[in-house]
Amino acid sequence: MTEPAKNVPAVEVVDLVMRYGSVTAVDGLSLTVEPGTVTAILGPNGAGKTTTIETCEGFRTPQSGTVRVLGLDPISDGRKLKPRVGVMLQSGGAWSGARAYEMLRHIASLHANPLDVDALIERLGMQGYGTTPFRRLSGGQQQRLSLAMAIVGRPELVFLDEPTAGLDPQARHATWDLVSELRDSGVTTVLTTHFMDEAETLSDQVHIVDAGQVIASGTPQALASSGAKNTVRFTARPGLDVVKLMHALPHDTKVDEVSPGAYVIAGDVDPALLATLSAWCAGEGVLTESVLVERQTLEDRFLELTGKALR
Amino acid sequence: MTKLDLSPSPGAAATPAMLRSQVAMELRLLSRNGEQLLLTLVIPLMLLVLGTHSNDVVDLGKGRSIDIITPGILALAVLSTSFTSLAIATGFERRYGVIKRLGASPLPRWGLMLGKIGAIAAVEIAQLTLLSVVGLLLGWEPHGGATAFAQMIVLAVLGTAAFGSLGLLIAGTLRAEATLAVANLVYVLLLVGGGLLVPLSRYPEAARHVLELLPSGALGQGLRDTFAGQGPGAFSIVVLIVWAVCCGLGVARTFKWE
Repeated sequence: MTEPAKNVPAVEVVDLVMRYGSVTAVDGLSLTVEPGTVTAILGPNGAGKTTTIETCEGFRTPQSGTVRVLGLDPISDGRKLKPRVGVMLQSGGAWSGARAYEMLRHIASLHANPLDVDALIERLGMQGYGTTPFRRLSGGQQQRLSLAMAIVGRPELVFLDEPTAGLDPQARHATWDLVSELRDSGVTTVLTTHFMDEAETLSDQVHIVDAGQVIASGTPQALASSGAKNTVRFTARPGLDVVKLMHALPHDTKVDEVSPGAYVIAGDVDPALLATLSAWCAGEGVLTESVLVERQTLEDRFLELTGKALR
Repeated sequence: MTKLDLSPSPGAAATPAMLRSQVAMELRLLSRNGEQLLLTLVIPLMLLVLGTHSNDVVDLGKGRSIDIITPGILALAVLSTSFTSLAIATGFERRYGVIKRLGASPLPRWGLMLGKIGAIAAVEIAQLTLLSVVGLLLGWEPHGGATAFAQMIVLAVLGTAAFGSLGLLIAGTLRAEATLAVANLVYVLLLVGGGLLVPLSRYPEAARHVLELLPSGALGQGLRDTFAGQGPGAFSIVVLIVWAVCCGLGVARTFKWE
């Protein structure tokens, strides 16, 4: 049996470099995935997510750097790894004329102890299109078949490349439930996504990737609040002395009157800051209306890190 | 909702089971594909039936036209399956990520290859059996007895190796659409003027020397000589082996799995 060894990382990428011609897709990327966790690789299009994951899957040879999966080399130990690792490709992956059931049964037949195919089909709500040829499935249906093919062999590690791209909200939540269930069953999951809420909801660990490098790592909560410029918005009479207020507040806190009577405080927002604000306003004889504390989301953090330019 | 036991229990199926499954899958897909059936069975059968009167159209040389045309039709059947059908199927498997998907499964790459070889063998056995029987019913009188049929098998295997590696060479380097076009074009060209159906002796001298170096000329002429009771001839066999080795090396160097 191949019990996941607890001391070996499920995935370990060190200084990976991958170039296509003159384009550097992955530029010294390093990341570690602990066994039994859900890890999201989050990044804008072209950040190098798919190239990284495909190198872990053994489809590409690292041009520089090392990749270990379950402690093994994805290429030279490929035969040992394939049964243990489930792969969901970003698209395709089936004969255009193969029916959904048939394709899933075929992949199941290549494994020693596959999941019960009928139960999996029911679980993913695929009963309605089991006999439809792959080419006539909708994008979302193809995605679900692809997910089913990734897990049917009962792997200990799964790579899901944009598992919910093109799914409707119901199917998205069904996929999320399944990923949570995989974690509860002890399966390690690595997924790529550019949906912040997906990374935030699903993952234990997030690696934000941009221009082929990991630019931030951590739990979704830690990432969202790191560098955390949380904000407090409040309204009061126009023309308050913001410089004076700023002096009353902790160092590194900024105050702006963004429009007459509308103020924004940016900084490390904690209860003490709110208390100071109230006290200062009381001292100035100012009545604050609608005080609103805004927590920075992972999305804010992501845009802050990767910039807002379209790619 | 059904409770699934998702806890890890990885493992590859036994190799024979994987290969059986892969061959069965390939044959199921083939049997569902109308164009492939047209190519592998309908066209050869049609040409065989028409071929009994081919002397009225083309002078095939001395002898009964059914005896000249049937071995050529058997060669055509090998060409259609091992070259055209294989190249087109493989081209689209690359395009649709099937090869990649299977590459991520426990099925080894050689297993994928053996699956293809198994499917081709099954189709060719059906083709050669059916076409021989129809030929015999139409009055074909093969010479050389059981030995000739054994030699036919050897030629079919070598022809499949030569055409198959040529097909993979094309499918492994060109885009799927280009593979489709090239594979069909080559099929038609070889059918009409590749020394497949018309005996090499009926071609002008200069053309003959080129055609006998082509796998189509070698296979067609080898089968005609075999069923004339003369054996396949060393030259045809060498030509097929050289093509198989050269294209096979080319495939090993250039084939892209995606």
